[in-house]
Amino acid sequence: MTIEGLYIIIAAMLIAASSALVGSFLILRKMSMMGDAISHAVLPGIVFAFLLSGSRAGLPMLLGAAATGVLASLLIELLYRKAQLPQDASIGITFTWLFALGVIFISSYTGQVDLDQECVLYGEIALVPLDWLYTGAGSAIAPRAIVYGVVLLLVVGVYLLLGYRGLLITSFQNDFAAALGISTAFWHFSFMSLVSVTTVLSFETVGAILILAFLVVPPATAYLMTQRLRVMLVWAVFWGLLAAVEGYFLARWIDGSIAGAMASVAGLNFMGVALVKQVLKRKKRATAFHTAAVK
Amino acid sequence: MSANKEAAPALEVHNLTATYDRQPVLWDIDFSLPEGSLAGILGPNGSGKTTLLRNIMGLMQPDSGYVRLLGQDLAKVRAQVSYVPQRESVDWNFPVSVSEVVAMGRYGPGKLLRRLRRQDRDIIEEAMERTGILPLAHRHISQLSGGQQQRVFIARALAQQAQIYLMDEPFVGVDAATEEAILNLLGEMKNRGHTVIMVHHDLQTAQDFFDQAVLLQTRLVAAGPVETVLNKENLQQAYGGRLNVLSKVGQLAAEKQFPLREKAFRERKKPAHGESD
Repeated sequence: MTIEGLYIIIAAMLIAASSALVGSFLILRKMSMMGDAISHAVLPGIVFAFLLSGSRAGLPMLLGAAATGVLASLLIELLYRKAQLPQDASIGITFTWLFALGVIFISSYTGQVDLDQECVLYGEIALVPLDWLYTGAGSAIAPRAIVYGVVLLLVVGVYLLLGYRGLLITSFQNDFAAALGISTAFWHFSFMSLVSVTTVLSFETVGAILILAFLVVPPATAYLMTQRLRVMLVWAVFWGLLAAVEGYFLARWIDGSIAGAMASVAGLNFMGVALVKQVLKRKKRATAFHTAAVK
Repeated sequence: MSANKEAAPALEVHNLTATYDRQPVLWDIDFSLPEGSLAGILGPNGSGKTTLLRNIMGLMQPDSGYVRLLGQDLAKVRAQVSYVPQRESVDWNFPVSVSEVVAMGRYGPGKLLRRLRRQDRDIIEEAMERTGILPLAHRHISQLSGGQQQRVFIARALAQQAQIYLMDEPFVGVDAATEEAILNLLGEMKNRGHTVIMVHHDLQTAQDFFDQAVLLQTRLVAAGPVETVLNKENLQQAYGGRLNVLSKVGQLAAEKQFPLREKAFRERKKPAHGESD
């Protein structure tokens, strides 16, 4: 394997690990589609910040995107609570609208600069080794995607370490948390911000669409395997990392899209685990039936 | 306990009106319950029982009126008030164990960041012991029966070590052993001077369970000592035409011609009364 390949895998693994941790709580909060909504809704924010700052790097882009992500979750809450629309309809309206705005921005304003729809939608992980971050003095640090990935993992790790109990109780029973005097709005919106940040820092690598595969599929696989939250988090990270590695080699083999291969493999892993679980369950039931019959 | 606390009723509800979608669910509700009472919030389906509880707990903003707990705003006495929501309100496949759910009773604003202390763990263990779920501590919550699930919620409320307990239908769908366990606990809590207020839909048992009753039908029908509230006229007013059978039951119950609960419970309850008198 080349050093370039290694960079790509490391970048993907960093994103996969962070997404698996964030995604586990998305699933438990029954908000997987909220992840989908946010990952699409950050598009206008990204484009807008890009147009303002003229650069694809750095803080403006991150802030712009995180802001639209939170805006999307606010709009969804507003439609759900004030207009009393069902939550799935609120999500559907909000994210398609924001995403469409982003598409218009890209197609009409950014033709002259380096931000194209394909890159935003599908990401371009193959370019990871080509895009380096330099110090002020001009010496190379590391590929930008890897630096972003490390930062993201740190942010997610610190948030979950500090917020584990708050997220746990508000995910399990929001009303009870509110009755204890815990600010459920704080936990909702801080978590939505975390989802936005995760999406933004990953979108260049895996794209706005496939990021959902990293957010939802590995945690869903882990959810099938265990009834302990901490164990679920560990397994989710494991499945995310595995999909990143497997996907890379699959893509090399078939000479296709790397991000696409990673997402597909994640889906296959999920189906494998679901299948094994079904078989085990049936076996268990058969044994139980057998022992009952013998008695 | 301060003199102030003893003077103020455990719960006061003043001219409370609450609506969903501009449909009034509660209309001008006004009553109070003394400290140390075991009170039932009663009424037919859709009479606003759960809505009243949610307003008391601050989970819903009333359109007018206000609530006082121990003579104060909820915000000031939140640590003294414990809430037991309906059992159906959570996903029982959520990946947590029994002890993890009970431990949530020790969470609170400002306590989320630190680890549970030795003292917290003792309180959690005692709460599980008192509700008889200590042997299930490490089980996943999906492996519990309905009654055991209810006991987990009650244990969590006990772990809060509050003065006032607000429970939403704790007797729905529970087995006889759990009912027994809950009734025992209620007696115990009353003896410690705690106040328990619960939404309850079964008129037949109300007379035996509670000493205070609040009868709702969107408006307040009556509130006060259970024997004065559950009379024929009030029940007729609350339950209207649906009532033939129910009013008879209420009347019969009032006249005590009808052994509604098994004898053991009556016998257990009486000495408790004797002590408190």
